[in-house]
Amino acid sequence: MYAWHFTEMPYPHLPPLETLSTMRVSLASKHYDPRLGADLYNRYFDEYMIADDLGLNLLLNEHHQTATCIDVAAPLSAAILARQTRKGRICILGNPIANRGDPIRIAEEMAMIDCISRGRLDVGFVRGVPYEIFAANTNPTQTVERLWEGIDLVAKAWTSTEGPFNFEGRFTHKRAINLWPRPYQTPHPAIWLTGSSDLDNIKRAAARGFVFATFLQPHAKVKWMFDGYRSAFHDTGLPGGGGTAYMPLVFTADSDAEAEAGARELTWYLDAKSEPQYRNPPGYVTVDFNVQALKGAFSGRSEAMRKQSIEFLKEQGVLIYGKPDDVAQQIKRLYDLVGGFDHLLMMQQAGYMSHERTVRSMTLFAKEVYPQILDLPRTKPLNVAAAE
Amino acid sequence: MTIATTDRRRIELAGIDIELALHGEGRPLLLLSSEEQLEQDLPLIADLARRHQVIVPSAPGFGRSDRPDWISNPDDIAYLYLELLDKLDLQGIAAIGFSLGGWIATEMATKNPAVFSKLALVSAYGIKFGGPYDVDIQDMWTSHPDKVAAWKWHDADKGKRDFLSMDDDALGIVARNTESFARFCWDPYMHNPKLKRRLHRIKAPTLVIWGENDGLTSPVYGKAYADLIPGARFESIAAAGHYPHIEQPDAFGKILHPFLD
Repeated sequence: MYAWHFTEMPYPHLPPLETLSTMRVSLASKHYDPRLGADLYNRYFDEYMIADDLGLNLLLNEHHQTATCIDVAAPLSAAILARQTRKGRICILGNPIANRGDPIRIAEEMAMIDCISRGRLDVGFVRGVPYEIFAANTNPTQTVERLWEGIDLVAKAWTSTEGPFNFEGRFTHKRAINLWPRPYQTPHPAIWLTGSSDLDNIKRAAARGFVFATFLQPHAKVKWMFDGYRSAFHDTGLPGGGGTAYMPLVFTADSDAEAEAGARELTWYLDAKSEPQYRNPPGYVTVDFNVQALKGAFSGRSEAMRKQSIEFLKEQGVLIYGKPDDVAQQIKRLYDLVGGFDHLLMMQQAGYMSHERTVRSMTLFAKEVYPQILDLPRTKPLNVAAAE
Repeated sequence: MTIATTDRRRIELAGIDIELALHGEGRPLLLLSSEEQLEQDLPLIADLARRHQVIVPSAPGFGRSDRPDWISNPDDIAYLYLELLDKLDLQGIAAIGFSLGGWIATEMATKNPAVFSKLALVSAYGIKFGGPYDVDIQDMWTSHPDKVAAWKWHDADKGKRDFLSMDDDALGIVARNTESFARFCWDPYMHNPKLKRRLHRIKAPTLVIWGENDGLTSPVYGKAYADLIPGARFESIAAAGHYPHIEQPDAFGKILHPFLD
């Protein structure tokens, strides 16, 4: 089991949430104080460096036009960590390739970071959550097509070492692609892909030997997705060997009272508000999903977890908190419930959680929990033949 | 009011399976629906079908028409509909287009100025007049749904649709229409940057009809649209938003019917 430290790098110093209609897309930047922001950036990088010293791996992401995440360029953060850390793997989860629009620029950035870190980079790709559509102005009806055209082009660019090649696809036209540098790892860094419901996409990732990751979902749904992955996994010889990754909120404490207090702070992330038009842009989900939405039965993928009690979230495996042995037990329970997984992606900081509280939690995890779960067996692909 | 005869069929255009309804008999009239296809069940259709053969295609991805990946904007749809008229052996006929359908009809008339004998445009999209910082057409996708309803309707209650009373098949069409509208009109938002420079090619007598309370595309926008089409007449309708034919059908008919006759 690989454990990863993660924070979205939130900017929590907002007016009372009940006075805001949204924290995403259209929240005025007058609410952002650059001096406080500077402190936060430096603090979050300090925590990643502490996580590295503690033997944890380092997970980054990016979002745009939102107070929930001021890491707007994960490659910049990864480049800083590539230079300032020594041991942990660094994963960008992920590059919003459908929204960024230039896959070759992403391929270059990833190759450079892989070289600076001497091969410690894992490269995730994301389709982008619904509200990201608006900052990028990407057509919401074709992000899946853009994602796959982009990923395949990045992999081709990384592995073409004999000079320029031509690509004239649906979304990218370049006639002399010739990457310098090429990645440190051979044939290229492990590729990760995220998903939350589209089983075809999950199987497609599995068949290419990518790692599949999902966030903050009820354990039954995680099992459904991971079973889909395992049924179609094909070992393509990429570093890391594929596998599955799950992100809960994780808080480890010295006492039950402190654990509960920390857990409540982490749920700030789940309570992030946004206006309805940002949650389900037209054509972002399938017609069948939207038929359910018109009937009021589907209101966006993150809505299901909002406003739930911490006990409910704990039962679902979405929020893991307690003293070290309790946390280890909850992770093992989750591992069994979902049929095993390979990467524990831990959102260990959110909202107003202080530096001291964050560091205490990650230290307890690294010293007292990680050893208990480190040797959980890697999950095996269930049905290699099905993918061939 | 019932329509005398309705012939529903499917037709292949450029390899795409398209649904087509033909209502009534008489001089042919091409009717291009709005993005929500709200026109399909209006008394207006029956009214027109007493004097015309009303030809109502569903654009790719709308209604039950297929939508291949290569169709990417109203320009593509305009070429399909020109092919439709070729296949039906119709030239120099009257046409009316609502909202997105008005944009498509305008595209057709600029590509083949002889295709229409008369052209009625109702709250058509398709043009951007202002500069980069100007909002010519309100953004219905980044705005709160309540605000969009207030822009679209003079009386927002008229725009409320009871989705819970609709079956999955009908809801599927609502969802397809919503998705396809975004597919074709997301970027550039609701316009073809080239179209403004082509409007002078339109030869058919043109009537541009607008709701005085249209908040999506204001009457000022509608008037500017009409001014770029040679000889076009502009009419506005009081107490009506983006769909004046739905909110004020009588006033609408009094302007439209004499023009078509």
